[in-house]
Amino acid sequence: MFIVDTAIEKSIELENDIHIFKIFSPDIASIINPGEFLNVKVSDTLYPLLRRPFSICDVEGDYIFLMFNIFGEGTRILAHKHPGDIINILGPLGKGFNFGSNFETAVIVAGGLGAAPFPFLTRKIGNKKNILTLIGGKTHREVITYGMKNIHIATDDGSLGTKGTVIDLLNENKKLFTSSRAKIFGCGPTPMLKALKKFSLENNLDSEVSTECAMACGFGICQGCPIESTSVQDKYLLVCKDGPVFNVRDVVI
Amino acid sequence: MNNVDLSVEVGPLKLRNPVLLASGTVGYGNEMAEFIDLNKIGGIVTKSLSLKPRKGNPPQRIVETPAGMLNAIGLANVGVEVFIKEKIPFLKNFDVPLICNIAAGTFEEYVECTKILTAEESIAAFEINVSCPNVKEGGLQFGNNISAVGKITAAVRAVTEKPLIIKLSPNVSDISEFAKVVKEEGGDAVSAINTLVGASFDINTRKPKIKNIHGGLSGPAIKPVAVAKVFEINRNVDIPVIGVGGIMNWKDVIEFMIAGASAVQLGTVNFIDPTAAEKIISGLGEYCTKNNLQNISALTGSYVID
Repeated sequence: MFIVDTAIEKSIELENDIHIFKIFSPDIASIINPGEFLNVKVSDTLYPLLRRPFSICDVEGDYIFLMFNIFGEGTRILAHKHPGDIINILGPLGKGFNFGSNFETAVIVAGGLGAAPFPFLTRKIGNKKNILTLIGGKTHREVITYGMKNIHIATDDGSLGTKGTVIDLLNENKKLFTSSRAKIFGCGPTPMLKALKKFSLENNLDSEVSTECAMACGFGICQGCPIESTSVQDKYLLVCKDGPVFNVRDVVI
Repeated sequence: MNNVDLSVEVGPLKLRNPVLLASGTVGYGNEMAEFIDLNKIGGIVTKSLSLKPRKGNPPQRIVETPAGMLNAIGLANVGVEVFIKEKIPFLKNFDVPLICNIAAGTFEEYVECTKILTAEESIAAFEINVSCPNVKEGGLQFGNNISAVGKITAAVRAVTEKPLIIKLSPNVSDISEFAKVVKEEGGDAVSAINTLVGASFDINTRKPKIKNIHGGLSGPAIKPVAVAKVFEINRNVDIPVIGVGGIMNWKDVIEFMIAGASAVQLGTVNFIDPTAAEKIISGLGEYCTKNNLQNISALTGSYVID
């Protein structure tokens, strides 16, 4: 684990108010995996006090990419940073996606900003397996396709792609992946993850999702981010240390 | 830093420097050991232990507030048995005083936990948590009740000869009265303060931001309250005080010591910068050198009031 000050190399603003920062961090870039995260101190003052967790969007050589939208004070301050500004990063943290073996087709399911970890996963899987990417959002403004391939889109209002949820889209496209050994990789809002878990269990598919919870430290000491386990009743798992990526069979979503 | 003596005494407890890591912000040491050399720290106060493991509160447990945070972890912990079997062996690898924090739901549980743990040679002292705001039984009720605090102190004192520290609640009108009772019943020191009770609501959903509704407020937002409580105890009661509340840097430590603290605990800052303790300890040395202080302990209660 590293704690380092690093300069923002480049700031990219996509349409839809999505920001991507390119930051130099060879130590972290060389060991981090898709689904793992960094805890970022966006200012060196007492406000905001705590770090903010960001999943790794992508890695290129010595550079890490973070993707975010303006959600609260922390991300608002971050969005106003310029190339050359310093942020302090702590990581890599957590357990990421298991994408090594035992499947032929990766089915990536992303809702809104849940797209954040998937450019890196797409890059890592490369041409070793098939990739099918299903992306959902409330409207076209929430659909993020950056860094992904073989994309199908659904929006709640039908403003882009199929009208409906990303889970509807998953059901409609089932025949594209159920003939091969498929594994689901999901990230998005909790209702989507719940529906994705149900779909995965009903169709007997191996399925991992990246979960989210408010946390203070990101490395296990504050105990602030519990998630209910399906097997152990007398204690919680921690999103930061045991996750944030879990097999859907292991946690209550 | 030549010749500066950073060692302090908290009653019978001798520490190489005044910087302890507060209960609930250092786990059982293993995560922190990845970031800092525990051998350099004044001491570690473990996560509150209860007789049996506790699952803790459901999420959401944490919310950030201006210059602070609310938490309602609910004393999630592995219990005394697992602590002895699985956590102490790791901590034995370090030369760092281990202060065991105990939180219980009944008087009997406090006594039982202490009885079991006092047999462990590697435990240097006990800190009794009578003031956790986040559990329904015990905790807050004990912390607000002066005779309960006295009774717990006396009962635990009867079963251990190790240094005994009582962690006091700030959610009382006169904290000195509590410190007095601790002294009368045989306590060696007090920690001041535990978190302040707080709450926060979402203005859109109108729901509390943490599931438990109430949480404990920590961080720099509470530092002036903590300094005031340390000062009150120092002025009114002859008992060593460990200052806790919102320390972010070495200047905060100096301030707490001037106000009356013999040692301090770092809490919330560990979440933000787990290397803070090392930086703070070296800052203290530099301050002493600059101010021609041979012993940092001379700072304790050295306030100047015109």
